[in-house]
Amino acid sequence: MNLSPEPLVFELSRPGLVGCSLPVSDVPAAQLPKDLVRSSIDLPELDELTVVRHFTRLSQKNYSIDTHFYPLGSCTMKYNPKANEAAAAESGWKNIHPLAGHSEAQGAIELIYRLQENLAEIGGFSSVSLQPAAGAHGELAGVLMIRDCLKARGQGQRTKMLIPDSAHGTNPASCTMAGFTTQTIPSGKDGNIDLKALEAALDDSVAGIMITNPNTLGLFERNITKIAAMVHEAGGLVYGDGANMNALTGVFQPGKSGIDVMHFNLHKTFSTPHGGGGPGAGMVAAVKELAPFLPGPIARKRSGKYELAMPEKSIGRLKAFYGNFGVLVRAYCYVRMQGAEGLRRIAENSVLNANYLRARLEKTYKLKYTRPCMHEFVAMGDVAPGIRTLDIAKRLIDYGFHPPTIYFPLIVPEALMIEPTETESKKTLDDFVEAMLSIAAEAKTTPELLHNAPTTTPVGRLDEVAAARSPVLCFRG
Amino acid sequence: MPFIPNAESDRMAMLEAIGKKSIEALFADVPARKRFPKLKLPPALSEQEVLREIGAMAAKNRGADKVSWFLGAGIYNHFIPALVPALASRGEFLTAYTPYQPEVSQGTLQAIFEYQSMAARLFGVSVVNASHYDGATALAEAALMAWKLDEGRNKILLPEDLHPEYKAVLKTYFSSFKVEIVEYSGAPENAALDSGCACLIAGYPCFSGELYGLKAAAQRAHEAGALFIVHADPLMCAILESPGAQGADIVVAEGQSLGNAMNFGGPGLGMMGATEKLMRRMPGRIVGEAKDHDGRRGFVLTLTAREQHIRREKAVSNICSNQGLVMLQSCIYMAALGAGGMKQVASLCYDKAHYAASLINSLKGFKVKNRSFFKEFLVSTPIPAQVIVDRLAKRKIMPGLALSRYDSKKEKELLICVTEMNSKTEIDRLVAALKEAVL
Ligand SMILES: Cc1ncc(COP(=O)(O)O)c(C=O)c1O
Repeated sequence: MNLSPEPLVFELSRPGLVGCSLPVSDVPAAQLPKDLVRSSIDLPELDELTVVRHFTRLSQKNYSIDTHFYPLGSCTMKYNPKANEAAAAESGWKNIHPLAGHSEAQGAIELIYRLQENLAEIGGFSSVSLQPAAGAHGELAGVLMIRDCLKARGQGQRTKMLIPDSAHGTNPASCTMAGFTTQTIPSGKDGNIDLKALEAALDDSVAGIMITNPNTLGLFERNITKIAAMVHEAGGLVYGDGANMNALTGVFQPGKSGIDVMHFNLHKTFSTPHGGGGPGAGMVAAVKELAPFLPGPIARKRSGKYELAMPEKSIGRLKAFYGNFGVLVRAYCYVRMQGAEGLRRIAENSVLNANYLRARLEKTYKLKYTRPCMHEFVAMGDVAPGIRTLDIAKRLIDYGFHPPTIYFPLIVPEALMIEPTETESKKTLDDFVEAMLSIAAEAKTTPELLHNAPTTTPVGRLDEVAAARSPVLCFRG
Repeated sequence: MPFIPNAESDRMAMLEAIGKKSIEALFADVPARKRFPKLKLPPALSEQEVLREIGAMAAKNRGADKVSWFLGAGIYNHFIPALVPALASRGEFLTAYTPYQPEVSQGTLQAIFEYQSMAARLFGVSVVNASHYDGATALAEAALMAWKLDEGRNKILLPEDLHPEYKAVLKTYFSSFKVEIVEYSGAPENAALDSGCACLIAGYPCFSGELYGLKAAAQRAHEAGALFIVHADPLMCAILESPGAQGADIVVAEGQSLGNAMNFGGPGLGMMGATEKLMRRMPGRIVGEAKDHDGRRGFVLTLTAREQHIRREKAVSNICSNQGLVMLQSCIYMAALGAGGMKQVASLCYDKAHYAASLINSLKGFKVKNRSFFKEFLVSTPIPAQVIVDRLAKRKIMPGLALSRYDSKKEKELLICVTEMNSKTEIDRLVAALKEAVL
């Protein structure tokens, strides 16, 4: 890690410098509209090497998959193959415009088509739209589709969506954006949806349920087919949050098991890089009855030619153009390198890795749910009096590991949500276990090491409360 | 498979530690009848084979690397300095997650803060967030934000001359709410504002390239108690007065043009900025400055009480993952070009577009319809514009967007975009080709 303070671009600015040479004009200058001329823009002025060093140094202040083990639960921080990047860098992709005619963009539409087909098969669905830009965007698509499908059935009065208490925050937030109210369904003692509570909630105002499977505890929803049947019986539809699909590729097809509409996070399961926040891609897939409602346009093949068209009863557009295409190229590259067998091996090894960590840590870090997990599990960080999960997380940084997801899901106190992914070796997992055990020992003997952590980073713990109380959101020089 | 690092012996040792005989046994919770389906997928390819297959598909496209390009309409062909992808593709940026753990994410966090700061200056606003999915969703979320301030105001005024796909996205985002979306034509200050309006939206410039000053509209919107939302061209803001300085409350934009490839329209960069007053109502991630216990400066995700992971169904938006890497590219682009370079690129676009427009306007049967514009202008054509596009394709020129793509009534309208990428020779060739295409 680069520990030296790095000035802001504004602080490096020298008047008159520019970091890229630009052509001189070969046409006459035109008169700007007089009343709108801008006098100054006050952006920094830097030479090229200063820009290069600045951003290189900034990059060295990050942990990343390429540099560190990153067991961030629910985020599937697996290795992002370099072939994905090479595939996306083709000039034929970078230079194609979304409004070029279909005949100019046959290659791009073909790729969309092929990825749609592959993902539909992996999920066991009838159709796929690649338009959503992220998981939450896919959720919005899905609940809007449920809304319109219910209307088409003459059931427009159904406006209540059921959400398990372990669900990710985007689930209820997406419901609000689609005009639904939400009702929380508690988890039972086994960490799965409480069937009695579900039964009681199933009245004729229910539009459906949003299920994450495996759920955010890393547990497979054992009653999945039964739950789907109960909700269907009551007149509702079932949404699948596929953020955790990494446990299930080649293992289980949700579309053939009662899920009506579902998103996958291609930036998790399908190895596209997360880019420090995005871009992702949140394809949404549907069974036959819901397919006509998919957002669009989507790709299809007609007499040997590829074209883009709006599904018949589409909820409409969710963004301009066709999705985060550059991300789709990467996901396609990945799927093609896997094939059916490779996909199953992803799930198997991610589940094996998670269970191995669970088995090695469970004596020291308590589990609320003890049965075998899928691709991740949730432990608790209160290993000694006065020690919180936050302290464990920060101390892990000093050992050279990115912390797990912490304080989520909300139903486990002091949650440490650990997802190793299939791309980590036993050796890395063993090193991580050693660090976790050693931190638990320190928690009892030298707790100040935890409270003061991290000390190996460019900055120590930052005062987030003060930052939110009087926010400084821009350089004010 | 090179992405799985464990040997069979490792797996056996791990199973033993877990106390299971086989990996299959770990999947006992999955209903037996549904377990391990046979997927009908094409066989796996090696890296060499997959890159060849994808390369062959990419080569089927005919884009700006092969054709003289004058098509914009929301996605633009601009120069990308070599350092932009070289820096942004560093693994430490590329393969990091959202910066939830600030001590090991200062690189990403400081870059977001720098982006927010530069974009805020460009737009003339106090706060910019860390990105939306694209310009269209940024606009839709801005309108949602305006409406949620006072749901009693249930009318949204939208320019008729707005990108048709942006209109469609806005419609989808509002489709669950009783909100009236009313289109106005002409200058934004002439829109029919009243006390039922949540916001007035204006293009700067509009879809047709038409450019209106914003001051009068801002004043009229504020008199009616509505917010004034501007969809701006970010490069244009380098030479023309910022929307914020003219009174915009929220500024949104598509930032693809700042250092990002066209990529068939995605990933783009939804930019959103606002006045300080609206800071706590804004959707999206926001980075703020913070201090550690030794007083060292650092950066954190802040004002998170607006967001889905804290507020769940009461959050201002459902957005979680955004367009981080695209934002980073734009951040590096703005830093590299700086004040002088941004102005230079914008001026090149302006001058070249005006040069092209004056020549085209003098062609028989062609007429430039704009009063004022930046880099894109609308031309009425003597024959259907799509016919011209098809004819020029044969000469390796993409002359622009035939508006009939969106509206069959607009058969003889061609939207032409000129950027710094188009040389004078290329423009002259376009003009000659247009002339010959209608002979
Ligand atoms: C379970 C779950 N659902 C939904 C999401 C939202 O996905 P995205 O960040 O791509 O919008 C996430 C991502 O963190 C998640 O973990």
